[in-house]
Amino acid sequence: MTHNIVQDSYEKLFQQAANEIKLREESSKIRIQVGSATCENAAGAREVYDEFNKHIEASGRQDIVLHQTGCTGRCSCEPVVSVQIAHQMPVKYELVNRELAHKIFSQHILGGQPVIEHIIDSKDGNLTKWEFMFCNSARCGRDLLPNFQEDLSNKLEQAGLTKGQYKVIPANCFGLCPQKAAGKAIYMMIRPSKTIYRITQIEHLDRIIREHILGGNEVKELEVKTKPMSQRFFNLYGDVSFFSRQTRIALRNNGLIDPEDIYEYITCDGFKALSVVLGKGNKEWIIEQVSKSKLRGRGGGGYPTAQKWEMVSKAAESTRYLICNADEGDPGAFMDRSMLEGDPFSVIEGMIICAYAISSNRGFVYIRAEYPMAIERIEKAVALCRQHGLLGKNILNSGFDFDLELRLGAGAFVCGEETALIHSIEGERGQPRPRPPYPAEKGLWDKPTVINNVETFANVPAIFLFSPEWFASLGTARSGGTKVFALAGKVRHTGLVEVPMGTTLREIVYNIGGGIAGGKKFKAIQTGGPAGGCIPEQYLDTIVDFDSLTALGSIMGSGGMIIMDEDDCMVDIAKFFLTFSQDESCGKCTPCREGTKRMLEIIERITAGDGIPEDIIKLERLGNLLRKTSLCGLGRAAPNPVLSTLKYFRDEYEAHVHEKRCPARKCTALSRYSIIPEKCVGCTACARNCPVFCISGTAKHAHVIDQSRCIKCGRCYQVCRFEAVSRT
Amino acid sequence: MCTCKTDNLSDIERTSELSLGPEIVEYIKTICEGPHKESQLISVLHKVQQKYGYLSMENINAVAYLLKIPAAKVSGVATFYNFFRLQQPGKFKINVCLGTACYVKGANLIADRFKQELGIDFGETSKDAMFTLEIARCLGTCGLAPVVTIGKEVFSQVTPDQVPVLLDKFRKQ
Repeated sequence: MTHNIVQDSYEKLFQQAANEIKLREESSKIRIQVGSATCENAAGAREVYDEFNKHIEASGRQDIVLHQTGCTGRCSCEPVVSVQIAHQMPVKYELVNRELAHKIFSQHILGGQPVIEHIIDSKDGNLTKWEFMFCNSARCGRDLLPNFQEDLSNKLEQAGLTKGQYKVIPANCFGLCPQKAAGKAIYMMIRPSKTIYRITQIEHLDRIIREHILGGNEVKELEVKTKPMSQRFFNLYGDVSFFSRQTRIALRNNGLIDPEDIYEYITCDGFKALSVVLGKGNKEWIIEQVSKSKLRGRGGGGYPTAQKWEMVSKAAESTRYLICNADEGDPGAFMDRSMLEGDPFSVIEGMIICAYAISSNRGFVYIRAEYPMAIERIEKAVALCRQHGLLGKNILNSGFDFDLELRLGAGAFVCGEETALIHSIEGERGQPRPRPPYPAEKGLWDKPTVINNVETFANVPAIFLFSPEWFASLGTARSGGTKVFALAGKVRHTGLVEVPMGTTLREIVYNIGGGIAGGKKFKAIQTGGPAGGCIPEQYLDTIVDFDSLTALGSIMGSGGMIIMDEDDCMVDIAKFFLTFSQDESCGKCTPCREGTKRMLEIIERITAGDGIPEDIIKLERLGNLLRKTSLCGLGRAAPNPVLSTLKYFRDEYEAHVHEKRCPARKCTALSRYSIIPEKCVGCTACARNCPVFCISGTAKHAHVIDQSRCIKCGRCYQVCRFEAVSRT
Repeated sequence: MCTCKTDNLSDIERTSELSLGPEIVEYIKTICEGPHKESQLISVLHKVQQKYGYLSMENINAVAYLLKIPAAKVSGVATFYNFFRLQQPGKFKINVCLGTACYVKGANLIADRFKQELGIDFGETSKDAMFTLEIARCLGTCGLAPVVTIGKEVFSQVTPDQVPVLLDKFRKQ
C-alpha cells in the first residue's frame, strides 16, 4: 500500500519538476553556463556572469539563457564557461575574464565562430565534426575488442573522414555495465548527437559509420535506451582528457546542474533513489544493499558504512541521531566544499535514506564556518526540500518524519574527529574523548549516532539508482566505488579528480593531472593531509584504496593529494605539517600536546642548521610514541608526515644535520647568498630590500653581501630580476 | 533587619540585553524554548561576532547570563575555537592561506611580506586600525594557490611583490 503512495508522490513531484523545466524551453535555446563556487568566484566568475548578463540584455535576444552551476573541479582553468547550442558540440572556455566573455559573446554566440584559442585542451586548434567516446575501463569489453581505438580510426578514414574531422577518445565507465553483463560489450557515445551504442562485434562499427555518420540515421537496434549516469557529464566534458578518465559518482551532478534549483536535480533522477527506498519500506534491505556495495566511509577512516548503520539500527535506544561531517579541515582538501556548493541535494538525499534505515528523525550537518557559500547553498537546499515535502513530516507521504539542522564549526581542526565534533554540536569545547563507546552506541547526547562524511552521503543515492553490484564492481575487493581526490601542488592540471578505487597514483598524477608543471622532476606525493604521509616515486604504481596507502605509511584520509617536485624540501614539508598539527592540537592529552611541540622544536632546529645527529633518532622515537599513546586519531596520525619522510627521504634529513645543507635549497637558513659580479647591473634593488642593510654597492656597480651580517632571509634572491644573486 | 538590596538580577538582565541588542536577545529566547539550548552556544557566539566583529567581555557575560550557562564555560568555548576573536579587529581582515597547496607555492613568503609591510605579527592589528593579519588554514581554493583574502575579496596566485599594491588599494577605500 505504502509503495503506491510513495511512488505516486514521487511521480507527481517529478512531473512538477519536468513541467517547470519544460516551461523554460531551454532545450531549444543557446545556453551559456558559468561556474559559481567559492573557487570559481575567486577566479572572477561573478564578473564574467554579470558581463554575459549585460550582453544578453543588450542584444534583446530571448533565445539565450545564462545558467549557473557549481564547479566541475578543473581549478587551474577557472573560470570555466561552456556554450551549448542545440545540435552542435558544446564548447568549454578556460580562464574567462571580462574581455574574453565579450569576445565569446560577439564572436561565438552572435557570429557562430568559436574562439578557438581559448577552448580547454584545444591544442590541435580546431573543432572536430564528430567525437567518439568509448569506455576504456577494465570491466568493459577491452578484451573483447582490444584494438578498438585503432580499428575505429582506420574505419573512419576508410569512410572518407580526415584526421581533423573526428576525434576518438578513450573514456572511463559510463555506468551502463549493470544492465548487461560486464565485459561483453563496449559502450560508445557519439557527439554531437549524444547517441550511445552498445558494440559487441567489430562489424557493428561498419554499420554505425555507414548509417549514422555517412547516412545521418541513428542505428536504433544498437542504441542504448537508458540514460546512464555519466551521459550528461561526458556529453559536456568528455573531450577533455582531465575529465574523460574520471568516473563521476559522488560528483555526478557537479558542473551540470544549478545547485540552487531543486527541479533540475529532480529531473536528473534526484530523489528517485529515496522514493525507491521509502516505497520498499524495508530497512534491513537498505543496509543489505549498502553492505553489498562495499561503500566505506570517505572521511578518512574507511569504516564500512553499512556496519555503522546496522549497529545504530539495532540499538536498544529508540532516539537516534544522524550527523553529516562537513568539517573539512584538512589543508589541501576541498571536495566536500565542492559537493555542497555544486550538488547539495544529493548529500541531503543520502542523509534521508540513511535516516530512514536507522530510524532517526533528527539530523545535523556540521559545516565549517570558513565555507560561507557552502553554508548558503545547503541552507537553501534544505529549505527547498522542506517546501517540496522531502524533509519534515511525512516525507513523500511515506509516514516517515525527518528534519535537518545546520550547525557551524568555528575553526577547530580537531572537530573533524567524530567525538570532538559531537562535543562541538553539543555546544562544548571540541575535544575528543576515548572510544569505545563509539558514537554508534553513545553519540550525540549519549544516543546512538551515525556520523558520515559528505562524500559518503553523496554516494548513497547512486548505489540505489545503479545497483550495489555495479558500485562494488568499480572498486577493489574490499572497497567499492570511487574516491574524489583534490589534486594540487606542482601538477599541471589541478582540481577535483574522481576515480575508481584501485586506480594507480601514476594514472592520477600523469594521465589526469598532466604531470609536473614546468618540466621539473617528480619527487613525492603527499596524501591524506596533515595525518598522511609522503610517497616517493618508486611507489607511483601503487593503487589507491584505504589499505594500500596505509601499507605505505600514508593514509587515504579525506583525499587531499599534493604533488611535490624537486624544488620541495621534504624536511620543510614535514615541518609545515607538524606546525599545523601542533597549532591545532586541542591540548587534552599529553602525548599530542607536548609531543608535537617537542618534535616541532627538533625539526625547526634541523632546518635552521643547528641539528645534531641524535635529533633524527629522537624524532623517530617521539613520533612512534605519539602514534601509540595519543587519545584520538589526529594525535596518533600527527607524526605521520615526519615518520614517512624519515622512511623515504632520510638522506635529506642527514644532509641537513651532518652537512648543514638543504638539497632542495628551500631552507633559507642553510643557504649562502652571494652576488655574481658579472650579472649584477647595480640596480640597488637588493640593497634597498635587505632588512639588515648588509648589502653594499653604488648604483650601476656590482654589489656585495657582507656574509658576517647576512641573516639568510633570502629577500635579495627574490627581488633580483637579473638572476645575479646565487643561492648555494 | 538589613534593608540593603542584594538582588540585582534584573539590573544584570537589563544590561545584558542592552549589550547584545534586541535581535540576538530574541534569538536566545527562541533557543531557550527549544530542546538542548546549551548546544546553540556556538551559533549565538557566531551571531554576536557577526554583529560586533568580535566577542567583548561584556558580551560574553551577557550571553552567559541570558542562556543561563556559566560565564567560565562561555569563555572556555570562545577561546577554544580559532574563529572567535576577543579583540576588536581592524577595518579589513587579511587572511593569508597557509594550507599545503599554498605553502608549496610560496605562501610563507607572502605571509612574511605582509608582516614586514604592516609591521605586525599574525593575530595583530595594524596601528592605523585598518588591517588585522590572520592565517587561514585552508580556504579550499587550492587550485588557485597561493590565495589571500582581504575583506570580502579573494586574490589568487599572489606574489610577494603584489602585497604593497594590494595594501594600498585597500587603504584608499
